Order: sequence, then C-alpha cells, then structure tokens
Amino acid sequence: MGAQTPHYDKHVEAGARIVDFGGWDMPLHYGSQKEEHFAVRQNAGVFDVSHMTIVDLTGERARDFLQFLVANDVAKLKDYGKALYTCMLNADGGVIDDLIVYYISDTDYRIVVNAATREKDLAWIREHAGAFDIEVVERSELAMLAVQGPNARELAAPCIDAEYREAALALKPFYGMEAGEWFVARTGYTGEDGWEIVMPAADAHSAWDRLLAAGVSPAGLGARDTLRLEAAMNLYGSDMDETVSPLEAGLAWTIAWEPAERDFIGRSAIEALRNSPDRQRFVGLLLEDKGVLRNHQKVVVDGVGEGVITSGGFSPTIGRSIALARVPAGDYDRAQVEVRGKLLDVRIVKTPFVRNGQIRIDV
Amino acid sequence: MNELPGDLLYTNDHEWLRRESDGSVTVGITEHAAAALGDLVYVELPDVGQDLETGGEMAVVESVKAASDVYAPIAGSIAAVNDDLANDPEKINADPYGDGWIVRMTLSDGLDESELMTPDAYQQMLDELDD
Repeated sequence: MGAQTPHYDKHVEAGARIVDFGGWDMPLHYGSQKEEHFAVRQNAGVFDVSHMTIVDLTGERARDFLQFLVANDVAKLKDYGKALYTCMLNADGGVIDDLIVYYISDTDYRIVVNAATREKDLAWIREHAGAFDIEVVERSELAMLAVQGPNARELAAPCIDAEYREAALALKPFYGMEAGEWFVARTGYTGEDGWEIVMPAADAHSAWDRLLAAGVSPAGLGARDTLRLEAAMNLYGSDMDETVSPLEAGLAWTIAWEPAERDFIGRSAIEALRNSPDRQRFVGLLLEDKGVLRNHQKVVVDGVGEGVITSGGFSPTIGRSIALARVPAGDYDRAQVEVRGKLLDVRIVKTPFVRNGQIRIDV
Repeated sequence: MNELPGDLLYTNDHEWLRRESDGSVTVGITEHAAAALGDLVYVELPDVGQDLETGGEMAVVESVKAASDVYAPIAGSIAAVNDDLANDPEKINADPYGDGWIVRMTLSDGLDESELMTPDAYQQMLDELDD
C-alpha cells in the first residue's frame, strides 16, 4: 500500500480502480476511462491532484532566486496571482522537472512540482535556496483538486466561500488567488477551462462531495493522460527528463532568453543548441492506419533518420491514435512508426490535437 | 462481475473457449480480462486460414491504457474472425462472451479438456487473485 491523499476514501466510495502512481495509491478510473474523458471535454470532471507537491518560497530575494532556478523568467510576473509554466534545468541543460510558479509578491511565490520527482526537486531547490536566504516550505498538509471542463467553473463555484466566489469566477486564464484558506487558480492539464483548487485536507471530503452532487464526474489518471495528450501538454518522465533539452521537447516557448544577462541554471548548456540545424523536432503525429501508437515506438523518416514516440495513445475525441514524438531535424510532414514489426503511416500535425472540446487538426 | 457462463472452458490467460456443434471452438477473453484492460479501442485479428500452435500470438487487444497479446489456447487454424471488432472493439467490454468473441478455430487435434479450466476452477483462480 502506498501513500494516500485526503480524498482516498472518496475514490474507493466512487468505485475507483486504484493503482500505484509514484508511491501513491491513486484512482486510474472509476469504471470507464473514455466516459471520464468525454465528461471533461463536454461537461466537467474532477481529478484528485493532491499527490502533487506544493512548495512556498519566501524571502527578500525570492525573485532573484527563481530567476536563477528556472528557465522562464519570473520577472514576467507582475500581477498578483499570475502563473508561469517553466522548467527547472540541471547544469547540462536537462530537465529536472516542469512546474508552475504563482506570483504572490516579489518576496513570496508558490510553486507546484510533480509528485514522482518530489524528493530530487526539493533537494535541488534547497541546495540553491541557501545562497539566496530563501525559506522553502513544503505544504504537504494541503489537498488539491482539478475541476476541468466547459462547465467546470460554473458547477464548482458554489464550493468556493461566498466572499471570494465572484472574484474567483472573474479570474483570467493562468491567474490564481487566495480564497480564505483555499487557493483557486484558472489552470489545468486537460486543454479545457477550469480551476485547480488547493485546500486544507480537512475540507477535502466535503469539497469532493459537493462537486459530485453538483454534477461533476470523478475522473482518474487514465483520463488525465488521454486529455493532456490531446492537448499536447508534456508529461515529465515521458516527453522530457534530465537527459533531454527543453529545446528538443517542444518547450522552447518556456525559455526566456532575454534579458541576455540573466544567468539561469542550464543556460550555457542549452545556448549551444538554440540555433543548431541538428536540433531534433518535437512533433505531433496522427496515425493514418488503424492501430495504437505507444511510448517508445520507433519513428522512421525515410531518407532522414529515426526518432521515437515519447507519448502515444488513442485519442477518444478524434477516434484515432495520436502521439508526441522526438524526430530528426529536417523539413518533412510524413513518417512511419514501427508497431509490432510493421511500419504504419503517420502524418506530422500541428499541436494541440484538441482544445476546448474542438478537434484542431485536419483528420 | 457477473457469473461465469457454465458452458465455457477457461485458461490461465483469461481466455474462454466454446465448443461449437461442428467441432470448432470459439475463443474470446473473459470479462475479468476486459475489465482489467479497460475500454478497448483496437483489436488486431489474425488472417483466416492462419495456423497456430498452442500459445502462439493470435490477436492483440488494445485499450486506451495498453496493448495485450491474446494467445492461441490450443493448436489449430483460424476458421473465422469477428470482423465487427474492427469498427467496434468495445463489443469485448460490453459482451465478452457473446458479440465480443474474437476468433473461431478448427482444431489440429482434439480438445484436451484437462489443459483447460472448468468455470468453477476459473472462478477459484479469480477469487485467489482478489485476495
């Protein structure tokens, strides 16, 4: 048995199939992964994301610290609650983790990192925090729910304390706010509108019950993965890791090169690859044949070279298989993938595959 | 889980066999196997006429989650495949012992029932898996 989140009993009550996920007992699905996927695309679903690691960083030099620690530039954050997606790199330019930084003030930031990388992330952050005199506080006592879907905010709003409800509903995308003991942010990992809500563990059961009573469907890790794949959002450990440059994982947009004098960890290592003609592409694939693309399958580009699928699966929304893949540099829009000894045709497509309930590629 | 059909034989790999009146056998995967895989999205079927040894790779069933091989439970040749699964693989989830059948085989030798499980024996195996 692994660690359990404050919502665990609620998963069992809802008939979850529980699996181990990075040492946590988490719901894979509650009966049908596909139905949960469509609930999020068409109405609203709730995911328990309490296993993710919330860390508060406080200190006079908190901004300087984050400008050194992560590849995106937290100086972009000037408004209260504004969120920034970024990577934390090692000295070789590999990705230690991807994370979201929320700006509270110049001396106070909240970050959310992955569950599976918790220990190494905390060790890395603490190793560098000392020089900046930053207080690093892990908030493992908090629970977190992601409510996602076109109707998610409307259905979840009654759960928010009345005093903060209107302000929460007025949050712009990628902004968060404190709501009493809660923290509500208009962020997510599905390609749909919605909130991620941090709350004290004591509120976990009642919040879950109220969301389900309001018509929000419980959704498990299985649907979370197919939803994020359709939205072409990277998964740490699959699409990138410590051996992969963010420039070859579709994450160039998260790197702030300006100001040129800002020296973040890993900068000099990835600088060399920045304008390299050999830089591998990170692309979306649509399978033209029947079958299912899976992680680690080989991508063959005739006359160019080979690549690999980093995340592959079946897209319930499109009804076909899609994938994210790292492939050789070059100008081409077709390739083949080796599936059980056969080469199947794939087309390179512009991601995301699906956004806000709509298919965004030519099928 | 529903009660196991009493007229079928079962394997360790969670497959079932039905003896047809013409001596052939129909093969599918059990409700337990279908539930463990989750919503099926693709089934790769063998060619009709293909000969298989016991344990040979016969089909592949893929769910949103994973791909899983289906092995020939006995030696024989493929007499028919369930073409409906190409467009509607979820028939296996919905009706694993009926519309979700996968292949029909003509046996090379007779059916050695001692190599297979009765419904009671398979149920006992499932009960032990749950413990």
